[in-house]
Amino acid sequence: MTSPDLTPSDLTPSGLAPSAEPWQRYFSFSTDHKVIGIQYLITSFGFLLIGGLLAMLMRAELLTPALNVVSRELYDGLFTMHGTVMIFLWTIPTFVGLANYLVPLMIGARDMAFPKLNAIAFWILPAAGVLLLSSFFLPGGSAQSGWWSYPPLSTQIAASDGLLCGQINGQSVWIISMVLIGISSIMAAVNFVTTILWMRAPGMTLFKMPIFVWTMLSAQLMQLIFLPSLTGALILLLFDLNFGTHFFQPFEGGNPVLYEHLFWFYSHPAVYIWALPAWGVFSEVIPAFTRNPLFGYRSVAIATFTFVPITGVVWVHHMFASGTPGWMRTFFMFTTELVAVPTGIKVFAWTATIWRSRLHLDTPLLFAMGGVVMFVLAGITGVMLGVLPFDLHVNNTYFIVGHFHYIVFNTIVMAYFAGIYYWFPKLTGRMYSENWGRLHFGLVFIGANLNFFPMFPLGLQGMLRRVSSYDPQYADWNVLASLGAFFLGVSTLPFIVNIIVSWMQGTPAEDNPWYATGLEWQTTSPPPKENFEEIPVVTLLPYSYGDSRYSVQDTSSL
Amino acid sequence: MSNSSQSPPKLVSKTVEIIFFVVWTTITILLSYWLGQASYSWMPPQATLEAEKVDGLFSFLVTLGSVIFLGVFGMIGHSVLVCRAKKGDFSEGHPVRSNTGLELLWTGIPILLVLWISVQGLHVYSLLDLKGLSTFAHTHTGTELAQARSGTGLLTAAAAAPENTIEVTAKQWAWSFHYLDQNITTDELHLLVNQPVHLVLKSADVLHGFYVPAFRIKQDIIPNRAIDFVFSPILEGEYRLQDSQFSGTFFPLMVAKVQVESAAAFQQWRSQLASQPHPPLITDLSAAERAHPSNLWGQRWSSQQAIQPANQPANQPATIKNATASSSKSS
Repeated sequence: MTSPDLTPSDLTPSGLAPSAEPWQRYFSFSTDHKVIGIQYLITSFGFLLIGGLLAMLMRAELLTPALNVVSRELYDGLFTMHGTVMIFLWTIPTFVGLANYLVPLMIGARDMAFPKLNAIAFWILPAAGVLLLSSFFLPGGSAQSGWWSYPPLSTQIAASDGLLCGQINGQSVWIISMVLIGISSIMAAVNFVTTILWMRAPGMTLFKMPIFVWTMLSAQLMQLIFLPSLTGALILLLFDLNFGTHFFQPFEGGNPVLYEHLFWFYSHPAVYIWALPAWGVFSEVIPAFTRNPLFGYRSVAIATFTFVPITGVVWVHHMFASGTPGWMRTFFMFTTELVAVPTGIKVFAWTATIWRSRLHLDTPLLFAMGGVVMFVLAGITGVMLGVLPFDLHVNNTYFIVGHFHYIVFNTIVMAYFAGIYYWFPKLTGRMYSENWGRLHFGLVFIGANLNFFPMFPLGLQGMLRRVSSYDPQYADWNVLASLGAFFLGVSTLPFIVNIIVSWMQGTPAEDNPWYATGLEWQTTSPPPKENFEEIPVVTLLPYSYGDSRYSVQDTSSL
Repeated sequence: MSNSSQSPPKLVSKTVEIIFFVVWTTITILLSYWLGQASYSWMPPQATLEAEKVDGLFSFLVTLGSVIFLGVFGMIGHSVLVCRAKKGDFSEGHPVRSNTGLELLWTGIPILLVLWISVQGLHVYSLLDLKGLSTFAHTHTGTELAQARSGTGLLTAAAAAPENTIEVTAKQWAWSFHYLDQNITTDELHLLVNQPVHLVLKSADVLHGFYVPAFRIKQDIIPNRAIDFVFSPILEGEYRLQDSQFSGTFFPLMVAKVQVESAAAFQQWRSQLASQPHPPLITDLSAAERAHPSNLWGQRWSSQQAIQPANQPANQPATIKNATASSSKSS
């Protein structure tokens, strides 16, 4: 396998000298996948903080039943923007960033297949994000119809809400930002799929790829297959909104349920586009800190890939309470429940890997195990939600909000933290502070459960999502959830301190401080511009923790 | 595979593992059973026959889910307690990479489990019979054509009678209820206890949702469509109807009183209505708040607020009256 075609200007003389380049390159149009990876990670982390602040404002409003902090319009803008920012500017790009850094290293390539496309895909993102957030300053404020933007509500815009006779309003800015982010996602997806399929090192067959690479391949394939449906729906919505068409207008022959179908045909698979890379991180971290091969590697790889077809036939479970005929409800209940099978294979594989192992309870493993345990709860509530009659009770209540926050925060963000700590030495060439890392884990674990668990009883009792005021019977659990949200906000501080201080003056890291398998650990920390002095030849199966190179007694740290 | 390190010494004795296994299995079974029973108390009152079925299903799901959660939690917890590596010991834990039998088992059993769960769900859904009125033809355009179900539903012939049909209209941000038999429109939904109800759900503007938590069931309302909805109240009392599909700024205020009552009380309410000189007015809780905007953060946006339902049908069932300020907040 050859290295990718690089233009001569990419091959600077300092190519193989690690960390000799100035920090300014992170603000340049760099085509180095490692620089782009860090750019993604830092940009998206900024959006995480913004999205988190929006969430804390919402929880401040929900601390008491009555409306007393923000206006109803602003509250609706807050939850719309919170959802949009967290999904499209944090979760998806942050794992694209992590994978941008890691995938070429993990498969033994020198860069991504299309380095310039990679850089363009990244630079669209901050522009689209700033555009989206700027809509807060329009006369009528930002979009206020939720991240689903169901018509005809989302097309109810008055001329005074926007500029240029209402043409530039919160909703239209939201749509344009979403389409831009979608273009960025497609560019990244083309790049990842091509890179993984064509640029693997000699000997790196598909079934020797680490599971993280498998999850990225599957997730990015899903982007290619399903994202066009959302983009199409959004463009039709923009036409309805600004140019007087009636695609989704019920009183003019349009069909609002059609929008729901087009929206969820992407947005359900999207859930796996967020979650698969997180499961990939678990599958890397758990073997490294339990010193066991990933149990049932082959079935985990296959299970990962089966999500691609299965997610294509489950979207209607988001519409069980909509105008959905009985046969369709029933069919999608059965297909939805099937998702539990490949998910179960993964959970059991991680559990079996942990079982009878040699645990090193370092920060990455704490986050990974905490994430797995909370993911089991998320999965169980997901199976419950797939059961049609129960869903008809809790649909659109806080039970759903609790369920998907156990996925997006208590699983995916936990995996993100696990991954950042795990690969921090590789990314920066320095070690993070273990004590601060453990403190961070403790705070996040408490805060996350305090914040999101109360949402289950609230939903069972019938509290609906997207309400800016609520009946006093729901007050107690809401106080707990709000306290949890503020706690969770504060818990981010030790992480930020740890990362910044360690990056600047942490102990220099060895090339492979964890004795982990994986090609990324065979090069220097941080890797040279060309990643490897010589492209490695892969002979071992992945996760060969019994190999003499990895199964060692390290007396230096005693 | 080459392996220079000697086969790792056992960290836990077989006996400890067996004792752990027995104790934890017992705890799992007892705790799961208890959680399943306790789950009934996590729900609102069971005010319909449908609620009893849904709660039974939920209890089953909680029991099964608890077994799985506690099982996985026990395995991981046990490992955390007894399988810690010594500092600097990076030797392999166990070399087992896979076990085809085990992997087939944990693929096959979940398939059977989710089939079992789905069949249970299907069974309960068939009992709900939410749209079982397809055989009962009425004249609304766009009426749902659900397939006929025979005999399984809770619906009796009584509900199919047109005089028991109530037309529910959702409009930003108020509910109105039109009793076909007496041709009156009210802002409260009064229902007879132990009598199946047939609602026809309509929206005058955007998507809405019909949801009474004590009834357990929910149905989105789609503009320009009439959707049948059938259920059977069994517990007298006052309940709250809430809009369950986000419908804009005053969405949380879109609530209405639902009264499930005896035939005598129902007749009394009816005759009271009939004796009034004017048709009752529809309460819109948002009107008071719009008349007296509070000075909250972000209120600037609402000074621009001029949302008019874009595509409103011409004939509205009733006029809108302003609610008193006292009832407008904190719903």
